[in-house]
Amino acid sequence: MRTRTWAPYALIAPTLLLMAVFLVYPIGSVVYYSLQRYNVTQPWKNGFAGLDNFKQMLFDDPLFWQSLAFSAKWVLVEVGLQLLLGLVLALIVNETFIGRGVARALVFSPWAVSGVLTTGIWILLLNPSTGIFQVLSEWGIGSPGTSVLGNPDTVFDALVVTELWRGVPFFAILLLADLQSIPKDLYEAASVDGASRWRRFTSVTLPHLKDAIILSTLLRAVWEFNNVDLIYTLTGGGPANQTTTLPLYVARQAVDSHNFGYGSALTVAGFLILLFFSIAYLRLSKFGSRA
Amino acid sequence: MTETLGKTDTLVREIAGTTHAPPPPTRRRRRAVAEEPGKPWMIHVPLVLYLLFTLIPFYWMLVFAVRPAGSTQLVPWPISFEHFDTVWNDIGFGVFFYNSVVMGLGVLVFVTVLSVMGGYALARFKFRGQRVFLLAMLCSQFIPGAMMLIPLFVIFKGLGLLNSITGLVIAEVAFQLPLSLILMAGFIRNISVELEEAAMVDGCSRLRAFFAVVLPQLKPALVAVGSFAFIGAWNNFLFALMFATRQDKFTLPVGLSYTLGEFNTDFGALAAGGVVAAVPVVLVFAVVQRFLVQGLSAGAVKG
Repeated sequence: MRTRTWAPYALIAPTLLLMAVFLVYPIGSVVYYSLQRYNVTQPWKNGFAGLDNFKQMLFDDPLFWQSLAFSAKWVLVEVGLQLLLGLVLALIVNETFIGRGVARALVFSPWAVSGVLTTGIWILLLNPSTGIFQVLSEWGIGSPGTSVLGNPDTVFDALVVTELWRGVPFFAILLLADLQSIPKDLYEAASVDGASRWRRFTSVTLPHLKDAIILSTLLRAVWEFNNVDLIYTLTGGGPANQTTTLPLYVARQAVDSHNFGYGSALTVAGFLILLFFSIAYLRLSKFGSRA
Repeated sequence: MTETLGKTDTLVREIAGTTHAPPPPTRRRRRAVAEEPGKPWMIHVPLVLYLLFTLIPFYWMLVFAVRPAGSTQLVPWPISFEHFDTVWNDIGFGVFFYNSVVMGLGVLVFVTVLSVMGGYALARFKFRGQRVFLLAMLCSQFIPGAMMLIPLFVIFKGLGLLNSITGLVIAEVAFQLPLSLILMAGFIRNISVELEEAAMVDGCSRLRAFFAVVLPQLKPALVAVGSFAFIGAWNNFLFALMFATRQDKFTLPVGLSYTLGEFNTDFGALAAGGVVAAVPVVLVFAVVQRFLVQGLSAGAVKG
């Protein structure tokens, strides 16, 4: 089957063309802009800047470090919890029980409504006058008028829970898919050898799930790092920049301040950080070494 | 297989320490042993808790959508459709809905066809640049979509693709294709190559062998990748927001964000718009989630 032929090139040609125009070229121009002084509101100052943007970013911009730190915290907390809850959820709906099909469809459904719709739904649920906290306070739980999104002490927790709502199903679907590909014989053999339920989980299930866990964690970490829509529409990065992630900071530099040069430098930094961690992660986990 | 089952049965009887004669190994009993179900509360308690977490937000949206403005009932009755009338006719969700359907179907078709083509190339051929191609597609996942808006905007302006559904479809396909293609390649790799070779020995062209042998086995993967693509396109916000500035080209998420900002206090309109945006995609998802899990479990997640 494996002969020298033009066929594979013809098959990947449309993909290559799309990627070249809409992925590679834009990356190139972001790198180019990052070396420029390029601000739409001050065109007379535009020109080659060398590494000035990067110097400013590293040594002169506390907000860069603050947004980076928040991004790291966001990714760690969010992906860690999603992985844990997603695994538990996948194990539960992998069991045999009456109504399993319906239960699966229901618990997975938030994954289908990601983005702005998630924000809309949670704004309705969390709003202080008619949201769930108001209703709970009428039942004698908590105090009336609780605004979890406006309060600096609770805003992070509210964001985390909202993102869990749509993120856990993603993990659960991927992990369930992999759970179902584990041959039943393995469990039977383990039972015969007298392995306990926990032992079967750690010695059969987890090793089998390893690749799926690595791939989904990596993808999710990158997506959560880059996630803009939810935080932007729920808090706008506030209060007091407390929930500003790196991509949000970039968007603000580009869209609000029209500072394309500096915004591009921040973008390049974000891209390099992701690339570094992803390569390290793939190396450490020896992902794909089976191929 | 049967031998193992027999052993397990004996083992369980030994552990249970049955003194009286063991019951005949019925089918039912065998299955119970093979699958080792947990205690019922271990399933039901966490499942119900998680269902509450999942469904209460949906319920809240539904309640806001169907109760009259100003009402605070938790179980709305009588049901009112005034908010739907407002968003569908006055705000223009009818048009947004149409745009979203056209865009979603367009993305579905192109992503599915192109990922089958590329996936087949990766799975069945060895070609120069294969590793680079695969690596480039993996790397494309690290690109922050939000950070590429400026160069993309310039490109779209140059190509005259602003305010067109075609433009949105192209951008969305470009961003979704790499991952779909990797998934599809993994799936095709798992289909045994022997049948295909046999067909070709019998005189089938490679193309004919693909349609006769590979494509029928690809169904779960097609459903999985296709629905991923549709749902992704349906929910895409950033591209639609940036590249469609005329209201007659808005998609549902853009219309929804407009409702969020413009009618800050009109929760009824927000909720009704949310229901309009959520119902089709949740229905699609409820129907295909079975195939989704099947399609992914057939080896696709293994990269």
